[in-house]
Amino acid sequence: MNITDYGWLGKLGWDSIVFSKLFTDFSVSEVVASTAGAIVVFATIAILALLTWFRVWGTLWSEWLTSTDHKRIGIMYIVFALVMMTRGLLEGMVMRAQQAAAPDGFLYADHFAQLFSTHGTIMIFFVAVPFVVGLVNFVMPLQIGARDVAFPVLNQISLAVTVSSGILLMVSLVVGEFSTGGWSAYPPYTGADFNPGVGPDYWVWAIVFSGAGTTLTGINFTVTILKCRAAGMKFFRMPMFCWTVLCSSILMIFAMPPLSVAALMLGFDRYLDFHFFTNDLGGNMMNYANLFWLFGHPEVYLLVLPAYGIFSEVFSTYSAKRLYGYKSLVIATMSIAVLSFTVWLHHFFTMGQSPTINIVFGIATMLIAVPTGVKVYDWMATMYRGRIRFTTPMIYAIGFLILFVIGGLSGVILANPTVDFQVHNTLFLVAHFHNVLIPGVLFGLLAGYNYWFPKAFGFRLDERLGKWSAYLWVAGFMLTFFPLYGAGLLGMPRRSFSYMDLTFKPYMVVAFIGAMVVLCALISLVLQLLVSLRDRKKNRVPVGDPWDGRSLEWSIPAPAPSYNFAELPRVTDRDEFNEAKEQGRAYLPPKVYRDIEMPKNNPLGFILCALSGILMFALVWYMWWLALISVLAIIIVVIVSTFRWDSEQIIPASQVQQDTEKWLTLVKNTEPVGRDLENTPQNHGYAKLEH
Amino acid sequence: MPLGPVAHEQKTHFFWATALTMVAVLPVFILVPVILFKYRRKKGKGIYAPKWESYGPLEVVMWGVPFMVIFVLSFMLWRATIALDPYEEIEGVFPPVQVQVVGLDWKWLFIYPDLKIATVGELVVPVHTPVSMILTSDTVMQSFWIAALAGQIYVMPGMTTRLNFIATKNGKTQGENTQYTGKGFTEQKFDVLIKSEEDFQAWVAQVRARGVELDAQTYNRLAERSTRKEMQKQLATPQMPSNALYFTIADPELFQSIVMRYHSGKPLSMEEQPGTVKFGQGEDKTEGAQP
Repeated sequence: MNITDYGWLGKLGWDSIVFSKLFTDFSVSEVVASTAGAIVVFATIAILALLTWFRVWGTLWSEWLTSTDHKRIGIMYIVFALVMMTRGLLEGMVMRAQQAAAPDGFLYADHFAQLFSTHGTIMIFFVAVPFVVGLVNFVMPLQIGARDVAFPVLNQISLAVTVSSGILLMVSLVVGEFSTGGWSAYPPYTGADFNPGVGPDYWVWAIVFSGAGTTLTGINFTVTILKCRAAGMKFFRMPMFCWTVLCSSILMIFAMPPLSVAALMLGFDRYLDFHFFTNDLGGNMMNYANLFWLFGHPEVYLLVLPAYGIFSEVFSTYSAKRLYGYKSLVIATMSIAVLSFTVWLHHFFTMGQSPTINIVFGIATMLIAVPTGVKVYDWMATMYRGRIRFTTPMIYAIGFLILFVIGGLSGVILANPTVDFQVHNTLFLVAHFHNVLIPGVLFGLLAGYNYWFPKAFGFRLDERLGKWSAYLWVAGFMLTFFPLYGAGLLGMPRRSFSYMDLTFKPYMVVAFIGAMVVLCALISLVLQLLVSLRDRKKNRVPVGDPWDGRSLEWSIPAPAPSYNFAELPRVTDRDEFNEAKEQGRAYLPPKVYRDIEMPKNNPLGFILCALSGILMFALVWYMWWLALISVLAIIIVVIVSTFRWDSEQIIPASQVQQDTEKWLTLVKNTEPVGRDLENTPQNHGYAKLEH
Repeated sequence: MPLGPVAHEQKTHFFWATALTMVAVLPVFILVPVILFKYRRKKGKGIYAPKWESYGPLEVVMWGVPFMVIFVLSFMLWRATIALDPYEEIEGVFPPVQVQVVGLDWKWLFIYPDLKIATVGELVVPVHTPVSMILTSDTVMQSFWIAALAGQIYVMPGMTTRLNFIATKNGKTQGENTQYTGKGFTEQKFDVLIKSEEDFQAWVAQVRARGVELDAQTYNRLAERSTRKEMQKQLATPQMPSNALYFTIADPELFQSIVMRYHSGKPLSMEEQPGTVKFGQGEDKTEGAQP
């Protein structure tokens, strides 16, 4: 079959729609698939209807979709990540149900394979990455005392391609099917010879585009930190979170391109009959494995480092104490970032390289445990001699501390090639990386979400439901993934849709119960948001410092004004705002009010989101005319947008003065509140000095 | 349960690595609750030192302990990795049994080149005799694993990997593929039987007597996308056991030709590549793929 053999609609036909399969093959597996498709369709319709009903299209367009404000872009990233997380989590549930129901099960093998492929792809590329990028986007410029990121429109574009790739994944639930090759999509299984369908093409384009978005984000963040820090903020005065963001952004710049290239090469194989990774004509899938993991391992640290940063802020704030071992933590972060590029071969210890290579990469892998261990001890020392408050972010942080060392332990074990020969590709491995990614990354992100939410929206999240959610996440995680260690050691391979050996069954049943608990955790997270929205008047913290914060972002009103700081701050200390409060320098009016120049709203991001989405869809379905049109449209739109001269707007000094004075009056009229009352309606965001 | 020294050593190494890492991990388990209790805001009794941020000796311990643990572990890792290198032939009283393994969709083909026999669904090895395997795939990448005897090793088309082990106990276990390859994946298992030398020879004689010849045509049928069970219906004779296929081999170069299939310098169509949906559906079935 030649690629030119397709008509206007390419490969698309009625039987590509998921619901059509119900008529040809009515089975539980197809019912599950159609239900998932129906949820996507109805949820989309419902959201569009609600937006119309509440007449918020205008606001949505002018305040959000065209916004260049890093805070809004950050929030949109997080909303996107949470939506995708819901899907990823539900998929995990279905998989756990299938394995608990084995050997009979209710899903077809290929359906199960699509589930683990989308689950992995979504959780890494469309939950963890955008959640991290979103939080960084929101917090980092505030922490370094900047007005925005270095390239606000580029920021928009990064979001645009990430979201359009995510939408493409959602579309794959309804039209066609997704890849069955796992999140790593190893060829030749994902090659055109073995998988001629559209599945791997969905994977390829989602990865190429979102990967490009993340690379651009990395460049943006790195430049922002290097060039946009406030006066006096030397590197060793940056909050710990910014350090981790710097390292992680550098990782993005160097780690994402190999992935995009590998995916693109796979695309060349599939579309243009190249032979990079095919079986014949000199193709070699080892090259793919190399490129993929050259990305894949730094990726883990790219995600976990910012989470470390969040935990550093959380431990320090809620222990009311300076971060212990700041320099140690910086050195540890940097070491991890560098070491993360030296370990990728541990993903193929068992592909037959020499023992010498395995030894070198095994030891390099274990070495990462040293700086990681130092970090854990530093956080413990941060709590030591503190005044610890058990708030929601703290519960996540403590859960992380205990659970993460178990993940680290299994990581050190896996770093031993000898052991890896046995447990690689079993559920032990699955348990290990979930053990690292859930407590390490997700708990960090959820802690950050609870921690910075008031800064974003001006009111606190409900503390009771937040705690419930945190406890449920911890319990659910333990119930779901600890049994997998056991099943893995007993020899259950990963990605098994069924098994004959019934010794695995009890483990799978417990894991399924755990997955239900995780679902409850997610539900309580949603409830928390709804309840908090209802009680938002009661829980307002307009002064902006609800937790007795230590870094610059807490020194401004909540929600933060679009220009962040009325006057760019001057930094003299690592815990600048905390020092300012203690020395009575906080809440002072600026000496002079100046006009502030900010980027104007720009529709470019939204347009590129739509066009890149169409382009990807056209490529997946072989609609060449549509692909060509969208490529041309993208080029034209980008060129035209460079002719926008009036891309800046001036916020007049009078406006800044008015905002600031209003806020300062509010500060004056607000009663400072002690830490014991921080989760009561008395907390208006003005923290009382208690030292 | 390990049935040979390789798996046994792997298990021991696993426990050692776990125990040593505990040196760094246990303090966290113990100290975190203590700190949380002692320094809790409401009723904590500990002193409060909000500016305390560094203490030299503690830093040394924090860096030193994990480093020492990893240092010791690295030595162990080094020695174990060399000692258990799966490519290294194991020295035994008897010369090793050679086995060539071919991964197919969704079964493993075992060729005993010196004995001129081949099996599917059953790997039989003599006890106390080293086994030397060379492995490849005639479809996508897979991973070959016999947990009780040796770790797993990936197999890739056009490439070979090696696995060496020795069984020290008579017994029976299972082997499998651990890399997902489609709907027959979970059924890609085989029995591993460890027999005494006499029993092994008797088994070889049986396979020779009962096996059908594995010529190009039979091989092409075997290489289609089907599980061992499905193939059993097509290829088995009543003399064969219900869970295995027995073959005799005329072509001593069968394994090499499977590996070299992908090095002809000519493109192979889907009809010529085992494991694709279209394999064996070419115009002339017998001509399709010539292993």
